[in-house]
Amino acid sequence: MLLAHLSPLAASLFSLLAIGSLLLAFVMLGSHWLKDYLLAFMAESWLIAILSGAVGYYGNYHELYLVAVLTAFFRGLVLPYLIWRIIARLSVERELHVTLQPSSCLVLGAFLVLFAFVVSNHLGNSLGLGGTVVVLALTVMLSMKLIGFLMLAVRQEAISQVLGLLVLENGIFLGSQILVPGMPLLIELVLLFDLLVIVVSFGVLVRYLVAHVGSTSSRELRRLVG
Amino acid sequence: MVEAWLVIVVIAPVLSAAVAGASQHGRMAEYANLVAAAVCLIASLWLVVHFDGARTFINDYVLFDALGAWTLVCTCVVYCLASIYAVGYMRLLREEEARLPGFYALFSLFAATMICGPLMNNIGVYWIAIELTTLVSTFLVGFDRGQEAIEAAWKYIIVVSAGISLALLGTVIFYWAGSLVLGPTYDMTWETLRHAAPRMSPALTQTAFLLVLVGYGTKAGLAPMHTWLPDAHSEGPAPVSAMLSGALLNTAMLGVARFLTITDAASGSLLPRTVLVAFGAFSLFVATLFIVRQQGIKRLMAYSSVEHMGVLALGLGFGGPLAIAAVLYHMLNHSLNKSLMFFGAGNVMRVYGTKDIDAIHGVWSRFPVTGALWIAGAVAITGAPPFGLFLSELALMRAGFATPNAWAVIVLLLLLIVIFIGFLNHFRTMYFDTQRPTAASVPVTSGVNVSTWMTLPMWLALLPVFVLGIWWPQELWRFFETVAADLGGGMR
Repeated sequence: MLLAHLSPLAASLFSLLAIGSLLLAFVMLGSHWLKDYLLAFMAESWLIAILSGAVGYYGNYHELYLVAVLTAFFRGLVLPYLIWRIIARLSVERELHVTLQPSSCLVLGAFLVLFAFVVSNHLGNSLGLGGTVVVLALTVMLSMKLIGFLMLAVRQEAISQVLGLLVLENGIFLGSQILVPGMPLLIELVLLFDLLVIVVSFGVLVRYLVAHVGSTSSRELRRLVG
Repeated sequence: MVEAWLVIVVIAPVLSAAVAGASQHGRMAEYANLVAAAVCLIASLWLVVHFDGARTFINDYVLFDALGAWTLVCTCVVYCLASIYAVGYMRLLREEEARLPGFYALFSLFAATMICGPLMNNIGVYWIAIELTTLVSTFLVGFDRGQEAIEAAWKYIIVVSAGISLALLGTVIFYWAGSLVLGPTYDMTWETLRHAAPRMSPALTQTAFLLVLVGYGTKAGLAPMHTWLPDAHSEGPAPVSAMLSGALLNTAMLGVARFLTITDAASGSLLPRTVLVAFGAFSLFVATLFIVRQQGIKRLMAYSSVEHMGVLALGLGFGGPLAIAAVLYHMLNHSLNKSLMFFGAGNVMRVYGTKDIDAIHGVWSRFPVTGALWIAGAVAITGAPPFGLFLSELALMRAGFATPNAWAVIVLLLLLIVIFIGFLNHFRTMYFDTQRPTAASVPVTSGVNVSTWMTLPMWLALLPVFVLGIWWPQELWRFFETVAADLGGGMR
């Protein structure tokens, strides 16, 4: 297994990239401008692309170079471009109704990371891999997952919710690059394609929201209850 | 031969979608979809009748096993019934005439994705198939383009995508757990994982299973992840509601069943099963609360789906050949019966021009045939004899008593009684209560005729439920035993 005998340089590079992605998730959590979310997501995707390349280099998984290029292209360029187009068409630039202040979100996010660490540490120890980059990868994967859910819960703009979902996805993708670099290439390609379809579907739905509901805030979506 | 039929069952709806999309002609799309649905039903029945052991195709990417075949039949039955019903129902929406080809293209595509799901052998590809069902059906749910419909579609895609991303996380962790045993690269099929499972880390597989359970549980409508379900089911056109409830939920349940088998093989622990049982019992509880005080007719049916998915989860959680047989029997009966209920609700909704239970009255005198079929369906769906759901629920309880989770059987029994009373009470007010002051003041949409297209599928759904209620064929028992054996005989 790759992770069992990593050179210290590789291990610290992986850690750096993973932590960087996690920090960018916090950037999204601490802002309420839609553009910030988008830029943070873009940067996060680029970091993940670099991570794919690094894992491919140090672990001798040459197909990961392809994954890296595709990740950078699709997650780093195409998806942000599609979302940017949606934002440009809307009149909304920021979250208008704050359910939870960004500062409180950050604190809550920190607690979520702690929780993720406790779970990962427990799992890592049960596998005899405590203290390795595995625990870190798991922590980042679970934290980004939880932060994505937090964003979904406290943000109301349609675009924020889409980006929240994409953060969930990014977290899984990042974790899987480190934990299971040997995952068949086909699956990764189909996942990328799937992501593209998701974003296009969201684009269409957002257009419907504007046309038929007159707002892209989920605060307006409260007719169906009970 | 099996290959040929499998190709047919997948290609038929795709072709129909292509024809519907290209034709721009409502009638043509309608008939293309109808033909495709009939072909699918015939093909799936042939596949089950001639089933002779699991096989894989295309580099192990396609798996045709007993459980998949059975889910396929349930899907195709609902697809066929809903297609017949859609002809009559969609013709009533005159203003939507121009959008009919688009509707049928999506409808067939939705069926195609649901048919593909159970056949996927690769756990990653299975996840993608399930995700695709969401994407396609979102646009069917929002087909109406009204404010409520768009709201339902938005909630549906956000809640289910978020939920199912947990299933992806679980899938990755399952793969990781396998890679610690099998080496970094291997085929992530159900079979490989199950063989490797005894050597996999129990802590890791259990964590992964819980994630997968919450993920696919969201898609299957288990409480408390069910919040998208009543909205999506009540806002989509009636044939779409039938497909969502009768077919889609099963394809997600199948994933839970298969991952449970792997988890069982990895650890002898009772925990995963107890969690599944708890989710099932909680779903029943939530459904009961909302059924009793429900005001929307289609939402009533939707909560009944939450109830029945809870029953399926209980059965899977109990495990063992009898419970598995009950679960599979319940799946088919529920598919048939819930289609019938949504068809009836669609008819009533169209004629009365409202979804509100309070505004509907005198159903029996207004249309005796549809009314009789619908109330028979209501009796059946609450688990009363002599209908199929009674037999499957009875078998399930018998199986449950023999397990450590026997408490859930008592819960199930009590809640089923409350549901029976609550559900049929709504029907009493709709059928017999003519004394209420609102009764006369509500205008009834005139000029809406319930055509044969809309009553025929109700007959076609009720008769099998009745037959299955008095006769549980011996051949089915044997088939269910095969499935139970595939699922590792349930609990050991």
